[in-house]
Amino acid sequence: MKRYLDFYLTSMKLAISEQFQYRAQNYFYMIGMIAEPVIYLVVWSTVAKQQGGSVGGYTPGAFAAYYIVWTLVRNMNIVFTPYGWEGRIQRGQLSGELLRPIHPLHSDVAFFAGWKFVVIVLWLPLAAILALIFRPELHPTWLQIVVFFFAIWGAYLIRTMFLSLLGMITFWTTRVGAIYELYFALELILSGRLVPMSLMPGWVQTASNFLPFQWTFFFPINALVGNPTPAELLTGLGIQIAWIVGGTLLVNLMWHFGIRRFSSVGN
Amino acid sequence: MRIIKLIWSYLRIGVANEMQYRVNFFIQLLQSFISLATGLIGLWLVFSHTTALSGWSQPELLAVMGVYLLMGGIIKTAIQPNMQRLMDEIQNGTLDFALTKPVDGQLLISIREFRFWQLTDGVVGLVVLAIAIIQIQERIGIGQALAFVAALALGGIMIYCFWLILTTSAFWLIRIWELVNLFEGLYAAGRWPVTIYPNWLRLGLTFLVPVAFAVTVPAEALTDRLTPLTLLGAAGLAILLMGVARFVWRLGVRSYSGASA
Repeated sequence: MKRYLDFYLTSMKLAISEQFQYRAQNYFYMIGMIAEPVIYLVVWSTVAKQQGGSVGGYTPGAFAAYYIVWTLVRNMNIVFTPYGWEGRIQRGQLSGELLRPIHPLHSDVAFFAGWKFVVIVLWLPLAAILALIFRPELHPTWLQIVVFFFAIWGAYLIRTMFLSLLGMITFWTTRVGAIYELYFALELILSGRLVPMSLMPGWVQTASNFLPFQWTFFFPINALVGNPTPAELLTGLGIQIAWIVGGTLLVNLMWHFGIRRFSSVGN
Repeated sequence: MRIIKLIWSYLRIGVANEMQYRVNFFIQLLQSFISLATGLIGLWLVFSHTTALSGWSQPELLAVMGVYLLMGGIIKTAIQPNMQRLMDEIQNGTLDFALTKPVDGQLLISIREFRFWQLTDGVVGLVVLAIAIIQIQERIGIGQALAFVAALALGGIMIYCFWLILTTSAFWLIRIWELVNLFEGLYAAGRWPVTIYPNWLRLGLTFLVPVAFAVTVPAEALTDRLTPLTLLGAAGLAILLMGVARFVWRLGVRSYSGASA
């Protein structure tokens, strides 16, 4: 156990100092990312105004809060991409990682977790600027803040597991780009990334309750900007834990069978 | 004449290259349909809660989306692959091979890549546009059609110039792939007419990143919103941008010292 703790702390420190050196590049990336929620925000604020002030229970101020918190949650959601897995498997870099006495997934989780600290620090001024421009209405209780803090890390772990699963498809086939696109399209619609789930038709909301997507976007955002009851908040965290455990099991299962098919020389 | 022959042979090489990978066509088609589907779902969600968005009706916004996909297809077929290759070559120092050829450098780096299969996006865009025009149920006269083609061409030129200026900054900044992400994020704003955005953003999308001229203005031509003055302004800005892009390119090449080759 101590071995893992040491590994995580060291990897995270390394990631923090490495990524802090690339702060300008990190900023470019984050600014590019902000275009997406700003577009959604403008479109839906316009709709809300035309409908006499609110749509689906969201006023322009509530939309502003939703999409500004969105930017943090989206940044927390960035994990080792399936495209990275694709390259890692196709080019044989995985061989080197297999020589280590620790599962390769640990270094992904630790590295990106460290990176998050840099991202959060860089995000704060961006959030302040967005808040000045769009005037969000945000009145969270202490419980909501605490749950939000845990929920963004839960989202991070859930997405890590599912994108790793997706990436490991490369063990079996090399044409995976289209599968990823399909997954990301489903995620966009069913996770609350495009619009808050309450704007979706009822059956979509029901369906997405049984899928992992909304627990990585809508749940953490809504935990902070919505009006969930304490019971809903705690149940949500429980469901997140269930998805993390389930995802980890699936990753292990897929790894178990996939790694047998891996044969490669290289660095 | 020589230039046309050169462009033609690069085009042929590009197509021949892509023809080797025919399965890619189907994968590309699938990806085009996925992006079409997400776009349509977004549009449908908006119109399940309202009847018009800042004066644009549903079929009119469908036309905007058609132009957005069409222009996106053109960018990904002919503009972006060239610029990404240029980016790599500046970073790796292999641009020497292009600069030492007996033809204008800017011309050569702009025509080397042609991703034929990416045109599926453009074709899907055209189909969406055709459906939108039928739904709008207004006759499109010759004048409007000509204005549309002119606006589209001017928009394409502006996007090319903008990309070239952006990529040329690699001569000084070396690693700029994050800028690609920045461009894609901002281009996505073109899915909606720029008139819905707040003033500061609209100005940015018009003059900093010419998304307005690439998508909204051609769509305005089809929906009877375009004034001759806007089209004239687009032509003026396109000429200005071409000059700036040329100037920045020359400046960049001068500070390029090569690395390996």
